Order: sequence, then C-alpha cells, then structure tokens
Amino acid sequence: MERYCLNRDDRQSRASESSREEAARVLQNLLGSQRLGVLSTHHNGAPYASLVAFAASDDLYSILFATPKATRKFANITADPRVAVLIDNAREYPVDFEEAAATTAVGEAIELTGEEREEAAVRFCALHPHMRDFVASPSTALVSIEVESYYVVRRFQHVTELHIPR
Amino acid sequence: MMLIPLAEIDEGLRGEVGGKAWSLATMAQQGLTVPDAVVVPAALYRHYVKDADLAERISLELSRKRFEEMRWEEMWDAALRIRNIFASTPLPADMQDGLLRSIEQRFGGDATVVRSSALAEDAADTSFAGLHESYVNVRGPDQIAEHIRLVWASLWSDAALLYRRELGLNPANSAMAVVVQRIVVGERSGVAFSIWPEEPSQGMIEAVWGLNQGLVDGTVEPDRWVVDRDSGEIVAYTAAEREEAVVPGASGVELRSMDSRRRNSAPLTDDEVSKIHAMSRRAEDLFGAPQDTEWTFSGEVLHILQSRPITTGRSEDDDGSAYSRSWYLSLRRSFDSLQRLRDRIEAEHIPAMIADAKRLAETNLAALEDEQLADEIQRRARLFAAWRDVYWEDFIPFAHGARLFGQVYNDTVRPQDPYEFIDLLSSQPILSMQRNHMLEKMAQLVRKLNLTAQLEAGQEPPEELRQMLSEYAGRFSDPSPGGGDNRQILELVLRMAQQGQRERSARNTDDLREQFLRSFKSGDRSQAEALLELGKVSYRLRDDDNIYLGDVEAEVRRAVDMARQRSERDLPQDLSPEDAARILREPDYTIEAAVSDAQHSEAARTDLLRGQERQLVGQPAGAGLARGRARVIADPGDLYDFEAGEILVVDSLDPTMTFVVPLAEAIVERRGGMLIHGAIIAREYGLPCVTGVPAAAELIRSGDEITVDGFLGIVTISKHRR
Repeated sequence: MERYCLNRDDRQSRASESSREEAARVLQNLLGSQRLGVLSTHHNGAPYASLVAFAASDDLYSILFATPKATRKFANITADPRVAVLIDNAREYPVDFEEAAATTAVGEAIELTGEEREEAAVRFCALHPHMRDFVASPSTALVSIEVESYYVVRRFQHVTELHIPR
Repeated sequence: MMLIPLAEIDEGLRGEVGGKAWSLATMAQQGLTVPDAVVVPAALYRHYVKDADLAERISLELSRKRFEEMRWEEMWDAALRIRNIFASTPLPADMQDGLLRSIEQRFGGDATVVRSSALAEDAADTSFAGLHESYVNVRGPDQIAEHIRLVWASLWSDAALLYRRELGLNPANSAMAVVVQRIVVGERSGVAFSIWPEEPSQGMIEAVWGLNQGLVDGTVEPDRWVVDRDSGEIVAYTAAEREEAVVPGASGVELRSMDSRRRNSAPLTDDEVSKIHAMSRRAEDLFGAPQDTEWTFSGEVLHILQSRPITTGRSEDDDGSAYSRSWYLSLRRSFDSLQRLRDRIEAEHIPAMIADAKRLAETNLAALEDEQLADEIQRRARLFAAWRDVYWEDFIPFAHGARLFGQVYNDTVRPQDPYEFIDLLSSQPILSMQRNHMLEKMAQLVRKLNLTAQLEAGQEPPEELRQMLSEYAGRFSDPSPGGGDNRQILELVLRMAQQGQRERSARNTDDLREQFLRSFKSGDRSQAEALLELGKVSYRLRDDDNIYLGDVEAEVRRAVDMARQRSERDLPQDLSPEDAARILREPDYTIEAAVSDAQHSEAARTDLLRGQERQLVGQPAGAGLARGRARVIADPGDLYDFEAGEILVVDSLDPTMTFVVPLAEAIVERRGGMLIHGAIIAREYGLPCVTGVPAAAELIRSGDEITVDGFLGIVTISKHRR
C-alpha cells in the first residue's frame, strides 16, 4: 500500500506522485458520481453495515448522510462515533475487476445541529432533492463524517491511502 | 415548442399529444366542428417533473408499501399527497412565462375546459375512461396554468393508481398531455354510440338539457333514442324524468332545476337525432372503429367535444375480487350525488339502524326456546349482514365527501400540511368522543376528591362516581364478550386520574374556516360553505355509522352469548352465529377448530430463519417521536389492561376502542389512511401515530420496546419481549 497525505506538498518521486494524483482523481470521481455508500458501525464489537445516501463536501474533508434517530446505525454511532464508509462504482459484471474503483473513508461521525445542520441540509438536498421531507423531519439526524483517511482501490488490488491533514 | 394548435398536429406529434388531442385534431382537420383548442404536449410535463425532481418524490410515495397491501383508502391518500406535490410545485420560471403568454394570446379571459389527454401508447387509456381529471369553466392564464398542473397530477389519481399495472404507470417514464379548449356552452348535450353494444345493427343517442357533465357522471337522467345504424331512422325512444340540468356557474358547474318548458320537452328533434347519428357514423369512418362521441348543440351548431372507440365494459382480468372496480369508479361522485347519498343515509339508513338495534335490545332472549333462539341468532346475523352491505354500498362511498372537501381545501388554501382540512372537519362532536369525555370526567372527579388511595384499597366509590360509572356502563355496550365490568372501568379511570389530564390540541378552527371561505370569490362562498357542511357530515357519519353498526353487531353477540351460556360445553369466546345456532339444534355438533392468523404468524416467525422484524414502515399520521412498551390489542378485553405510557398497537382501531387513547404515548395501526380513527384521534391528542403498517398487531407483541416515528412513518422494535 502507498501512503500519502492529501494536499501536502511533499517531495516524492514522479511515479508515486502520478499514482497519488490518479488516486485523488478516482476519489473525486467516485464521490462526485455515486449517490449511495455502505456505512460501517459497531456496537460493543458487533459489526453492522448500512446503505446510506451521502453527499461529500467539495474539499472531501467530510461526508454527510441522514438517518432516522431510532435506527441501529444511529445508536451505534452515538455509542462509538468511529465509522467507515465504502463507496464504489461496481455494477456486478466480471469487467468490474478491471474498471471498478472503490474507496473506504474512515473517520468520526458527528450529528449536526442548529445552523450547521441547516446549512448541511441545503447541501445534502441539492444532491438528493427527493429526500427533502426526510431530511426536514425532526426525527432525522443529519450526520457528518469527519474523514481522517481515504483508502482508494483501483485495478483489483492497487490501494492508495490518502490522509486528510487536520 | 410550447402550445400546439389542433391544426398543426400531424402523425409525428401523435405520441406527444395523447389520444384525446389526436382524435380532436383528426376531426378538426377533416372538417367536423370541434371547439377551438391547443395542446400542452407531454414534453412540458416531462420538463416540469424533471426540473423539480418529482419522479423521485412520486416513487417515494408509491414505494412505501407493497401495492397489493394497499387499501383503497390508502390509494386515496397516496393520490392526495401526490396531487399536493403538483399543486405546491410551481412551474419553472421560463416555462411559466412562455405558457402564460401563449394562453393569454389564445384565450384571453375566455372560459375554457382543461382536459387530460393520456399518451397514445397507453392503449389502456381508451378502455379506462374517466381515470383522469378535466376541469370545466376555467378562466384566465393563471387559473388555466394552475389547472394544467392539476390535470398532470391526475395521471396519479386514485383510480389510475388502482389500475397502475394495466396502465403501465411508472414515475420514471409516464407523462401526460393536456388539451385546453375554448368552452362551448351548449344548451343541449349528450353522447352518441355509433353502434349500440346491445344491438349491433343499431346506434344510440342520449341527450340532456344543459352541459353533458350531468349525463356523464350519472346525476342527470337522459332521454334516449335507438336508431337504425344504416338508415338513421328512430327505432325506439325513451323519455327521461327531466328535472335538473348542469349549467356553468361562476367557476365550475352547478346543478339547477329546470323551468317547465324544458321539463316538458325532449332536448332533441327527430331531425337532430339523425344529424347526430350521421356525425357519429362519420367519426367511425374517420377512426375505423365504432365511436363513443360526446357532443353539444350551441344554438343550431353541432359540436363534437370528444370521440373515442367504444369499449366493451369489463376488462377480462376483472375477477371481481376484493373490490369491484365499477364500484370503485362510482366513488368519483359529484357533489350533488353525495348530497343525495347524505339524505338517504340521514333520513333512512341511520334511523332504521337505530330502530333495529333498539328492537333487538328489547327482545327477551332468555324467554326463547332453544329452537327459537337459533332462529333469532340467524335472523340477527342476516340483519347484520344486510347492514354491512348498506355500509359498503352507501356509507363508505359517502365518506368520499370528506375527501372531496379535502381536495377543494387543498386546491384553494394550499396548506403545507395536506391533512390540515381534517382539523376543520373534526371540530364537531362525534359519538366516540362522548365516551372518552365521560371517562375523563370520572378521572377528574377522582383527582379532585383525591380518591385514588381509597379506591385502590378496594373501598366503594362515593355516590357521585358510582352514578357516573353506572351511567357509563348503561350507555356504552361493548360488542366484545370480554367488555369491561365496573371494576375494570374503575381501574382504567384510576390510571387516567394518575396520569393527569391530557390536553387535546387547541386548534383555532375558526381561523381555518375563515381562511377556507376567504379563498373563494364572494359569489362562490355559499357553495364553499355547502361543501364544508357536506364534508363535516361525511366525516361525522364515518365515525358514527361504525357505532350504529356496532350496536346491531352487539345484539348478534348478545344472542350468541345466550347460546353459549345454555350449552354445557366449553365454547370459544368468538363463537360464530352459524355455529351457535347449529349447537342449539344439534348439541353434539363439533366446531372445526380454526387456526387463527396470530398462531399462523407465530409459527412462521419461529420457523423461518428464527428472525424477527426490526423496523416497520407505514404512513406518518401524527407528528412526534415516542418510545415505550407496546400494548397490542388483539381483543377488546385487552383494552382494560392498558397502562399509562404504553403504545397502542392495533389491527384496526374501532371508535368504541378509542377511550384508552388518553393513556397512550403513541398509536400504531395496521389499517392505513388519514381518515381512519387511529389517525384522527392521534391528531386530536397530538400523539405520534403511524398507520398502514402491514401485520402490525402480529409482528409487534405486547411488551416489546418500540419507537414510533410519527414524522417519517417508521416503527422500530428496539427490544423484543423475551
């Protein structure tokens, strides 16, 4: 695996630089083109995965999703905010192994409130307009994942790690 | 491309303008007289829907529940919500400007008819006439543009949703064109069949005075002529009882009684009958199939309003299951037919039902011989069955009045909450609330006199409370075999007293009423008031008729219980009237043990993967979020076990069961629809409520820890009872 820090101006070899650039481009594409991802949470070590509609911020620092508050995923992140989310472009064909790309974002989930929530709701609904009523419901939590790292997977097993500088 | 005049419609546009517009254009281009019209092509629908992402929103509305599991009332609701989406979503600015300008140029302030024109590839359009809306007498660009949206919304009407599969209706691809016609105010109107389906060598013509809406929706009886198809000669004529005519009102149309000149003369002369038949034959030649044509005479000029192929009654897959479809379509009743239904229900059905229940209650069952009692049980069961039929035929269709009101309310007031109209309808005393008030009064008394401790210790209640208890018991007969005795009622009152008074939401319905009436032009206000009145009666009867029917049912139960008491055997609580009568006649008769649904699902639950439901989806019917222990009401007797703070889970909440609602934190019901009792009473008490949850009372068990999300319509079972 290669390890890089996003937006950091290190001196690196040209090969690794182009790999990093490609990974960042793939990441940009995935987050821009996909609408659904798989969120991973746990409760006392018991794993759990949920399909969620997401919206990534332009700077890729955070990923928004919405969930009813009575759900298991919300209970899990309330108990432990560390989460991962998988976003991919697989279409269930054999050719996927050549063309498919995926990324796993790892970070901390924080429920947004007040003005922050309102501002985020506008961004989220711009991408998912039909979920407007769902997002507006007081029983829906709008959650921001503050991403620490992205793991970008290409060409079946080529993995690049990109860190968000904090 | 904005609006397309009939003269410019060619073969290439056929798929864009829909069947109705295509047929009008064909006739116009062939020299038949049709009203001046333009077509709003389907592309505009698509543009509008895409611009506002409506396809996704419609999908969300339709995918909450398996279509097969939806009750017709839930389809009403889904259609209402979708209609509200269209009504509250403006046209994109560029489209709005262009459309208004084109309409202004073409029609100015003239009155128009705004009609649906379903797309031609929907072959089903022709065989399912009447699924979509048309609006008559709409004036001015703003009004016309608004009604175009409402016609679009009717692509998703309740009736269309019912035939969704046959129509191939889906949010991603379906679209609709609209015809805007200059209104032709005919003095005489009707329909013509170029072939009379009952006798293929003949044609048939029906005619009424005024507009033909009264004829089409069945409110005005037409004169009828049967003619020879080839010669056009009149073979038979049947005159109608002519009393009323549909005429244009200030906006829309109204039914008026006619003067004696019209009452006493047929709307058509023999020559005119021939002329109409000739016209319908010409339409048949033009389209190459027998035609069903709507026409009107304005002065001496005969206009064709529309023409479509004759369809042969019922479609083949109509097996009459669940609900007969023709019955369903008859629900689209106009205001006037609803008024008539109201008169019949109030003047005939309800007094007769009360009288029946009273007569049965006065019968001394103990004095009957076994054989006589068996007869009596069967007689009562038949009587109850007959009332159930009336309930389906008249009472339930009359409930449409509340919905008709809701539609008008939403169109004129444009509220954020599409169910706001229910608050206006429910601000009136209904029978089931009287029962709840009595319980509340007793609870208040217990609180006021601090009686809790002494009553819990088993002391006799004071005189005042004892009187109230016996008055309560005397007034509310429970149809259930386990109906509460005084002790159970008292315990319920104690729980209510402890919990404190539940505030019922104080809504200022005077404001709602004002807001509704103000949105009409002053000339239309009396009609608006009449509609409000009709809506209120429809709403009230919907609740009350259940109670009257319940009284008759309780009398069946009383006779069956008498049979059970006489038998020495241990008979089930829910013994059917048939079995009860049979046991009286043949004491050794064995009843086949029926496996209850609950047992079935119990078996399914433990055996299939040993899993359980975690989250159930229904309809949001009362805003709020509540968490608590579930209390499932399987039998009315369970109501008396209800503890304060529990969540009421029920298959279908009867008005006679609502008295525990003041103790509940939330309500979950299997039946769906905004006009069901669970939803209504939840609104009244401001409780979170989710309705239309399939198999709710089986999948949730008493003691389960559940969360009711009344905003989103979700019930989460967070902890299953061990």
